[in-house]
Amino acid sequence: MAYEAKFRVWRGDDSDGELRDYLVEVNEGEVVLDIIHRLQATQTPDLAVRWNCKAGKCGSCSAEINGRPRLLCMTRMSTFTEDETVTVTPMRTFPVVRDLVTDVSFNYTKAREVPSFAPPPGVAPGEYRMLQVDVERSQEFRKCIECFLCQNTCHVVRDHEENKENFAGPRYLMRVAELEMHPLDSADRVAAAQDEHGLGFCNITKCCSEVCPEHIAITDNALIPMKERVADRKYDPIVWLGDKLFRRG
Amino acid sequence: MTEVERHSYDVVVIGAGGAGLRAVIEARERGLSVAVVCKSLFGKAHTVMAEGGCAASMGNANPNDNWQVHFRDTMRGGKFLNNWRMAELHAQEAPDRVWELETYGALFDRTPDGRISQRNFGGHTYPRLAHVGDRTGLELIRTMQQKIVSLQQEDFAESGDYEARIKVFAECTVTELLKDGDRIAGAFGYWRESGRFVLFEAPAVVLATGGIGKSFKVTSNSWEYTGDGHALALRAGATLINMEFVQFHPTGMVWPPSVKGILVTEGVRGDGGVLKNSDGERFMFGYVPDVFKGQYAEGEDEADRWYADQEQNRRTPDLLPRDEVARAINTEVKEGRGSPHGGVFLDIASRLPAEEIRRRLPSMYHQFKELADVDITAEPMEVGPTCHYVMGGVEVDPDTGAASVPGLFAAGECSGGMHGSNRLGGNSLSDLLVFGRRAGLGAAAYVAGLDTRPAVAPDAVDAAAALALDPFDPEVGGPAENPYTLQNELQQSMNDLVGIIRKADEMRRALATLDDLKRRLPNLVVEGHRQFNPGWHLALDLRNMLLVSECVARAALTRTESRGGHTRDDHPAMDSQWRNTLLVCSTDGDAVAVERKEQVPMREDLLALFELPELEKYYTGGELAAHPGRAE
Amino acid sequence: MTSGVGAPTRAKITARTLRTDRWWLPPLMTNLGLLAFVVYATIRSFMGKWYWVGEYGYLTPFYSPCLSDSCLPGASHFGTPLPELPGWVPLGFIALPFLLGFRLTCYYYRKAYYRSVWQSPPACAVAEPHGSYSGETRLPLVVQNAHRYFFYVAVLVSVVNTYDAVVAFTHGLGLGNVILLVNVVLLWAYTVSCHSCRHVVGGRLKHFSKHPVRYRAWTLVSRLNARHMQLAWTTLGTLVLTDLYVMLVASGAISDLRII
Repeated sequence: MAYEAKFRVWRGDDSDGELRDYLVEVNEGEVVLDIIHRLQATQTPDLAVRWNCKAGKCGSCSAEINGRPRLLCMTRMSTFTEDETVTVTPMRTFPVVRDLVTDVSFNYTKAREVPSFAPPPGVAPGEYRMLQVDVERSQEFRKCIECFLCQNTCHVVRDHEENKENFAGPRYLMRVAELEMHPLDSADRVAAAQDEHGLGFCNITKCCSEVCPEHIAITDNALIPMKERVADRKYDPIVWLGDKLFRRG
Repeated sequence: MTEVERHSYDVVVIGAGGAGLRAVIEARERGLSVAVVCKSLFGKAHTVMAEGGCAASMGNANPNDNWQVHFRDTMRGGKFLNNWRMAELHAQEAPDRVWELETYGALFDRTPDGRISQRNFGGHTYPRLAHVGDRTGLELIRTMQQKIVSLQQEDFAESGDYEARIKVFAECTVTELLKDGDRIAGAFGYWRESGRFVLFEAPAVVLATGGIGKSFKVTSNSWEYTGDGHALALRAGATLINMEFVQFHPTGMVWPPSVKGILVTEGVRGDGGVLKNSDGERFMFGYVPDVFKGQYAEGEDEADRWYADQEQNRRTPDLLPRDEVARAINTEVKEGRGSPHGGVFLDIASRLPAEEIRRRLPSMYHQFKELADVDITAEPMEVGPTCHYVMGGVEVDPDTGAASVPGLFAAGECSGGMHGSNRLGGNSLSDLLVFGRRAGLGAAAYVAGLDTRPAVAPDAVDAAAALALDPFDPEVGGPAENPYTLQNELQQSMNDLVGIIRKADEMRRALATLDDLKRRLPNLVVEGHRQFNPGWHLALDLRNMLLVSECVARAALTRTESRGGHTRDDHPAMDSQWRNTLLVCSTDGDAVAVERKEQVPMREDLLALFELPELEKYYTGGELAAHPGRAE
Repeated sequence: MTSGVGAPTRAKITARTLRTDRWWLPPLMTNLGLLAFVVYATIRSFMGKWYWVGEYGYLTPFYSPCLSDSCLPGASHFGTPLPELPGWVPLGFIALPFLLGFRLTCYYYRKAYYRSVWQSPPACAVAEPHGSYSGETRLPLVVQNAHRYFFYVAVLVSVVNTYDAVVAFTHGLGLGNVILLVNVVLLWAYTVSCHSCRHVVGGRLKHFSKHPVRYRAWTLVSRLNARHMQLAWTTLGTLVLTDLYVMLVASGAISDLRII
């Protein structure tokens, strides 16, 4: 059952780095993270990798395997053939720290730019009443484990460093959608989605949905509905005309 | 003097799980400046792994529920060894803490009339667990993380600085607490990323570091669970209690090997899943212990009826407290009725329609599909016990979370007492909300009452730095040791010798192994440099793991009875003489001492909540002299 | 590549992508598929003949509604309010621009041609060839937000197409009727599964529980919406097939298979 797998792992830091080849044992039922751990324990004790729960629940071990953004703990070795070389690199959208570890502070910065839940005025704790059908849309978005794979794969920032400043990324646009659809949130978030968080940058090419380990339909259920809400507000000709007239007047 | 980055705060919270975050929120709301230090990224703490729910007697699903019933369930679950005051506060305050989360933006599953839905769980009389599918812990963490962001936004609006009053130090490990005289003066640690040292000067430290499960081979706990808070408290002069009580969750995955131990939520059983052995028999009916006789269904028919009608029927023994179920599975496997990979079967596929399973247990469905290639809607899961939770922890004042060292507080899993000898499922999330808040309050009150702020002595910083760097430049005292090897030996030994079923001679062997490992610890050699070096991080964590493991083993050897999360093969019975005896661990720097201490007797009004015949199963006759039932 | 994955702070990896699968295949297929349709549709739209089978009442959707005096007798189900058109104007010129607009601004087609035609990005985690990117934040692409207006018109056109298909049944029943009917059913499915439609019927509501009927509609549209991509391609296929069949019958190349 066990075999020697060919691994290529990116080793380096912010100044330089390279893909290095390793031969490492693989046993039945293992995932890529197990192999990385075996490398640490047997060949490269200082190989840096971020991980935590090892069950796809915390979203720490995000990296790229054969060029695809994945969780190391949820990628089973059985998805590769025994003679296939498995290439593991850090996420390529964020600044690298060392080896497979990147600096994901971009995401925490963006998180802070989304105004928080605005509780309904005059409703005491314990008095909140919400029906299941009304909370379900936001609940889907709250499944997010913040692995940042969607942020990593989104070409708006992956391929254009300069857009990082004006684009919140799929995860935080989804957060805006989550609050917008929260049955008791009392803030209006539509205009800000377009003007502050860069919803217009999204060209709905759906890579965020493709890589989401929680299978959240980010594009269909969060981003497009937000675009439609923006269209309600900003691109409805009657509203637009009214705005123009009143602003002029 | 060592080069070190210095920060000054009113309160430093170590750990950013549920308890830590709740403490941060409370301390900040009292106007203090707070640093929260965590080993992982912010929002990744182990609390995300909690699946089933958060116990609070809101009475939404069954109006008969109230704090008294919750209190009774908690005490029963802990076999009456619990700190009754903590159990009381916990039961009383849990509903408010859950409702408060809704004001932070949490979205729990709902009842048809729009209130928070509550689900059944082992040991809870009524459906009591507020939940979101099977990812309740994630909801709690995210909600509190977002509440902290919202407080930071308030601070930003006021001062132009998001971090004016709360700053998160993520991927930063605290290695030592520093004192001024007998008071806490700060904490010393390092950035995992750069390896550079950091010093927090703070009069109050709240420990919220979680558990110790990583000392066991088969565990549901992540790498972070190395008992840091337990060890920091011990080394700072505080005491630990109840360390012999380690909860083995009955249902962890057993296959494939690389995920062995990963949790399968109790919610599977709460929603109708049943345990079966290789003969297809629902074996739990044969394992209802005497103390629970009469409270559980005696046949499959009644057990099945209970899911629909809980008034007329008794619940299935599949939902006995965790210690009972774990032992039962252990016995079945040992007697040759186990599943192919050494567990038993947990069957939900034949009990609910596939669609319903996917809706109620989405992350379990995923976990098995993606990690084990098992479709739980079509075939049974294989499960077995896994080290899950430590009931023991820092001995604290129930109302304020204060440890015996002034300025030191603890909450959540790393504090002890609340759960007695065994924790009920769902009581950990409520525990960390209730006592996280109380520790935050306690720290705030303590800081407000200080006349002078303690100061950190420069040589203490130097000593902490030297100790941390030791693995790079070890003494030449023997052959060089690899931290991964040492960790393996420790985990194997704790798992095999101080596991679910314990024997005196095995525990003595474990202690001998621990002694040996302790001797080899100074010979650890770490390759590479200080920048994000996992070998070095493990070398530093090992010190804590060894210290805490020794407490567990010594306390377990001392307690000559079986109770809750402590089962002695050589002392299989529960002994009333032991009920109110706590084992207190302390250290003088090297050796661990275990002393006995009597609990404060339960307040009379609380004692009166129980029927006399039930208490007689746990208490000695003398202790019950004052019970109203006895007086008649 | 100094701005994207080659930016100075990121891991120094020179490859544009390390993907080992055939990631270039889907965009290539999309390009070929779209190109084939555009070529066929253009030729047919400007052809000006073989769009109407008077005997059986088959009108190709490419020429519907036919509203000018240039239309063959009988093909104008809604009269001929317009005069004779110059030969270079497609007879379906009223509906065609809106149908084109509906599909061009469709959330699925946008994904498809952004990825394939514009290579932005060609596939996930494959660097795009463009130096800068502003997405749909400004002109011309900000116009994509007009999708819903095209949707409203597309609904009207679907009604017209439905009328065409129903009218054809008054001439008896042949294979052509079945083809027209299948085409129109799928056109409805594509139109109704549109993201804008999903928003309009219920998606924009904050409280589903207060609007049970719209919630039900939203649920149904959502279920169809999950198949929007499949419907987008299937309807391109059925449009071509329907038109081709009408053309072949009208030109006399084949004769309609009559059932009744």
